[in-house]
Amino acid sequence: MVITRAGKKGLRLAIASGKGGTGKTTVTAALASIWSQALCRPVLAVDCDVEEPNLHLFLRPVIRRAETAKLEVPMVAEAALCADCGACRELCQFGAVTVMAGKPLVFPEMCHGCGGCLAVCPTGALVAGSRELGRIEEGATETAGYLAGRLRIGEAQSPPLIRAVLARLARIAEPAADVLIDAPPGVSCPAVTTVSGADAVLLVAEPTPFGIHDFELAVEAFTPLGKPMAVAINRSGPGTPELLALCRGHNLPVLAEIANDRVVAETYARGGLLHEAGAHYRAACFALARSLAELPQTAREAAHA
Amino acid sequence: MPEIVVLSGKGGAGKTSVTAAFAAMSRNAVLCDLDVDAPDLHILLAPRNSRREPFVAGHLAAIDPARCDGCGECAARCRYGAVSAADRDRFVINPAHCEGCKVCVVLCPRQAILFTPRTCGVSAVSDTRFGPFVHARLDPGAENSGRLVALLRQKAKALAKEQGRDLILADGAPGIACPVVSSITGASLAVLVTEPTPSGSHDLGRVATLCDHFKLPTAVLLNKADLNADEAARIEDACRDAGRPIVGRLPYSPDVTAAMAARQTLPEYGGPLAEALAEAWANVLNLAAAPKPQRNPF
Ligand code: SF4
Ligand code: SF4
Ligand code: SF4
Ligand code: SF4
Repeated sequence: MVITRAGKKGLRLAIASGKGGTGKTTVTAALASIWSQALCRPVLAVDCDVEEPNLHLFLRPVIRRAETAKLEVPMVAEAALCADCGACRELCQFGAVTVMAGKPLVFPEMCHGCGGCLAVCPTGALVAGSRELGRIEEGATETAGYLAGRLRIGEAQSPPLIRAVLARLARIAEPAADVLIDAPPGVSCPAVTTVSGADAVLLVAEPTPFGIHDFELAVEAFTPLGKPMAVAINRSGPGTPELLALCRGHNLPVLAEIANDRVVAETYARGGLLHEAGAHYRAACFALARSLAELPQTAREAAHA
Repeated sequence: MPEIVVLSGKGGAGKTSVTAAFAAMSRNAVLCDLDVDAPDLHILLAPRNSRREPFVAGHLAAIDPARCDGCGECAARCRYGAVSAADRDRFVINPAHCEGCKVCVVLCPRQAILFTPRTCGVSAVSDTRFGPFVHARLDPGAENSGRLVALLRQKAKALAKEQGRDLILADGAPGIACPVVSSITGASLAVLVTEPTPSGSHDLGRVATLCDHFKLPTAVLLNKADLNADEAARIEDACRDAGRPIVGRLPYSPDVTAAMAARQTLPEYGGPLAEALAEAWANVLNLAAAPKPQRNPF
């Protein structure tokens, strides 16, 4: 059966985890590689883990376009114009602008780009300048489109770059394409910023004491966003029953269970993909893709049941 | 006083298991978990007798519906998309997206926006079987983890002074942005835990560059070293070229998960990993005691 979705909007799925190392990128890369084959739909893989973008290491995309992402920060246009009113310093909540000896002084690295000082400066002593956040790369693999952000080393804030990647995504994604977003690990602002931009979430969890603890943090962080959410268990082992019970308790469907297998670890260490680790891993990836495509609907039905 | 921070370019490389192992071998240290977004060290250290404190940082804006006339200035000015129209003549702020920048507060023509201090998490000082432990948890989705990290380090230093401890050992924050910068500025040595995988060496490169940027001496601990011998050799070569000593090599072993499941650190669990870690810890202590800088590009 060929699935046609004329006029339908594609699925935007964030792949997240309570913390790094659970296999989030492994799962995203495998899904991106088999998605169009499994579902007959175009797919775009997006790396929003901008501090440590790794998706490209596994997908090896051809980069067609790269641009520098910037944040608007104030710049001193003419210090002599400053009236020493102190409005900029009083407003800034991040200590990024001050006034010394009647002249404004900007610390661009600390600026959050709120635009406040520019809006309140009565004299035009401050004007808009910019700070480099990192790079945004666009390209494609044989099977998927590719978009990624890469934070400049030394840049302290990742959410502005993540927002820039998501804004770029909104401009370039074909409406019918499905989008797989590799989210930053953890549950703080960068992860929540990314997951807020998706319509469904896949949590990759590991059934170790650390993994289970981080999984619970992730469920606590993402549940309030009200998006359909499902779980893939990676490196399944003795802790799996506990994790499965937690998923049942939170009403989260478990869509895949990947064994704790040295073959998978070695495939990964070579830069290989999960579905290349053996026939049943391949089958599991296809099955996961199909159930993810249905996730928003499954969740709707579960909510009405 | 030496301050050792354990980092890993890549999540899951074993940073927390290694920190816990070092904690178990430390003699007179203050222990610290700076991974405030997803702290795990407490799982192995089993803190008790915790003295908790709310962590308040920054502010949150909220619109007083009685005073708002719906002019929309706040929504037009907010650069974080936190303000939206509730109905025709009223706006609301979504706290999850508010950065607390105060722009709307200052520019609202009717002074209808309240600006209140924000509780973003909780910090604690506890006792463990290996010494005092400073830790915290940031609320989900909260910002300011960099400030919380800085606060924990301050607390750890004060505690070390007060109790005459001679070392601070910290599980560092992940990534390369604000929280990790806060965990490393002014520390004595960063131990970078990595694994020989494409993402392991890629992320090691990024975090090591960051440490160099802040002139922090680094040492590398190669975990799961036998998973990919070629990649391991490449990492070792790159470290040698950059003058980063390798303090130890650990094999890929199910003991890590087994010890974790038993809520034990690796030295308590025993076995070959415990021995390799004892050697690594001795090397780390030597390096931390050495005067910086220790860059030696052969
Ligand atoms: S733009 Fe905002 S954060 Fe940046 S300096 Fe001005 S007031 Fe501060
Ligand atoms: S707001 Fe403008 S005029 Fe006032 S102190 Fe700042 S730079 Fe000077
Ligand atoms: S600027 Fe003030 S009055 Fe205008 S919509 Fe916002 S809160 Fe209401
Ligand atoms: S304080 Fe800043 S981020 Fe928060 S709602 Fe107002 S303008 Fe937006």
